[in-house]
Amino acid sequence: MAETWIVLGASSSMARALVRRLAARGDGLILAGRDLGDLERDAADARVRGAAFAETIRFDARDLACVASILARAGACEGTVSAAVFVGSMPPQAEIDADPGLIEGVVTDSFTGPARVLQGLAPIIEARGAGTVIGVGSVAGDRGRIGNYVYGAAKAAFATYLSGLRNRLGRAGGHVLTVKPGFTDTAMTWGIEGMFLVASPDKVATDILSALEKQRNVIYTPFFWMGIMGIIRLIPERVFKKLSV
Amino acid sequence: MQWKTADYAGWGRALRAKGRIARPERVSALKDALAEGGPAIGNRRSYGDGALNDGGAATEMKRMDRLLAFAPETGVIEVEAGATIGALLKLLAPQGWMPAVMPGTGLATIGGCIANDVHGKNHHGAGSFGQHVLAVTLMTPAGPREVSPASDPALFRATMGGQGQTGAILSARLQLMAIPGQRMKVLETRMRDFDSFIAALDASKAEFAVGWIDATAKRKRLGRGILEEGTLVEGTRPGPERKPKPVPFDAPQALLSWPVVKIFNRWYGSGVPDSGRKRTRALDEFFFPLDALSGWNRLYGKRGFHQFQCVVPADRAPALKEILNTIARGGVASPLAVLKRMGPGRAGHLSFPMDGYTLAVDLPARARVPALYARLEDQVIAAGGRIYLAKDALARPESMAAMYPELEAWRAEVAKADPAGRLATDLVRRLKLRSA
Repeated sequence: MAETWIVLGASSSMARALVRRLAARGDGLILAGRDLGDLERDAADARVRGAAFAETIRFDARDLACVASILARAGACEGTVSAAVFVGSMPPQAEIDADPGLIEGVVTDSFTGPARVLQGLAPIIEARGAGTVIGVGSVAGDRGRIGNYVYGAAKAAFATYLSGLRNRLGRAGGHVLTVKPGFTDTAMTWGIEGMFLVASPDKVATDILSALEKQRNVIYTPFFWMGIMGIIRLIPERVFKKLSV
Repeated sequence: MQWKTADYAGWGRALRAKGRIARPERVSALKDALAEGGPAIGNRRSYGDGALNDGGAATEMKRMDRLLAFAPETGVIEVEAGATIGALLKLLAPQGWMPAVMPGTGLATIGGCIANDVHGKNHHGAGSFGQHVLAVTLMTPAGPREVSPASDPALFRATMGGQGQTGAILSARLQLMAIPGQRMKVLETRMRDFDSFIAALDASKAEFAVGWIDATAKRKRLGRGILEEGTLVEGTRPGPERKPKPVPFDAPQALLSWPVVKIFNRWYGSGVPDSGRKRTRALDEFFFPLDALSGWNRLYGKRGFHQFQCVVPADRAPALKEILNTIARGGVASPLAVLKRMGPGRAGHLSFPMDGYTLAVDLPARARVPALYARLEDQVIAAGGRIYLAKDALARPESMAAMYPELEAWRAEVAKADPAGRLATDLVRRLKLRSA
């Protein structure tokens, strides 16, 4: 029985790149997101590329009503059920400064919304003794920076959550992979100034699949972001607070 | 919708534009982007300004690249416009199918193949790309609209080779070609001169044929080169998958200077013994030889280059020889010259092909090139031929009516489809395609 993947935020370009690889190896796909009409095109794409099956389901991080139907669908799948989380939102920090009410939305999109799904999926993975969770965070979660610290804080919370979930699921035969992409060429970053060492979504998907094979726990993609973030984390706070990196 | 202000160029890099570019990944985002005006553009493999909109907006389709349906029994595929020909070949070849017509680069998008009604090395038999399009879906302000030769023949014809002026192409349904395997048996034969080249092209029975010409050879060696004839054969892909090597920086001009090109041509030509050579090649290596070097356009330095490609009627081969002579005497380096036989197949008002011979030559962007190009343009018109818009950056608007006799019919359809001229590109304006 092939593995079935629930992909949250499936219409993002990183998710699309991973879905294509999972489809090519014959896995089943449940694509979750808000734009169901467009997701149906992604599902068709996955079927043409060899997915055992591909269907769509509504997921809006800000609408808890859809969590139950996703979990019901997951429970009804035979065999191993895994999940990949690509959701998150990053309004410009200046907009958040002007309207602090935006903070809840960022935290919901990037952390609490997907965590609700994963929290419900955990017992299924435990019961079946198998299953993988891929959680896509961001290097922005490694240290709060003046440019996007609300988004960074939400991603940091998600990374901490994934760390705990790994601790839990690892005891029951499950696995959690935390992915921290650096700057990636997606719709979210299109047109943003000051990006460097930008990776393609394909590169991120390739790195994710190879990390899965090696059962890695946390990866940076591309790998050199581990070094960059290592240095950034080492900068003493009294120096860091004056920097605009 | 997010926009990025970018300085961008056609493949030749000689013509540039500055403007806002959107890159939607979903249909709703595509709709928002198109609402701001400007054409849809693909992977910018047109050499000149066909994908440029200087000072305005453009919507890049590269991320709209999903496969929407595929019937392995009939070989009909529906695909979004941003998918590339090379991606389709890679996915479909193991299943026994390939796009029926493929241009010389796998990096062209399906939308671009339609907008330029491209041809391949099998044009003499298979016709042009648009002849294998069963239907095309245009994003109109009113929503997606499927157009087929049966539903709206005039609009369909204006869309094939129509430079994207009838509406942004969202997706297309294509009839693929069945293939016996993933290998191409290639026969390479040396050609002494132009006349024997033409005779060999006429005599060739091969499904795929392309001639490589040493455009620097003059006088009695004029037109010498190598004829490549390909036959699809059974078997799996020979050799490992290609990893394109990048050209990391703009080459200094000296790299393609006249003497260097001469030496390169002598070396390339002598690789094939007098008796000819047989090889088995992977499909992508045969169809897209230059894709092995990604960004090879940088070899021409930062000033870029032009490509001159013309076609002349079958009974005007001597005129093509004169055109080649003009190029050879022009003293401008051009190592990449291609000669092909074309059949009559064409799908649109502005399609390039005609029953005859086509010649394509790269010309580095130098001060004397526009004058040379103008001489070539005059010779092409005198021979009753035409210049390929997908390659052009230098032609004159006055030449268009003579080269493209169906221009008025195309204009009438485009005026209906896009009355406000929102989809105009730099090429359309430069050649006054939409205005008399």
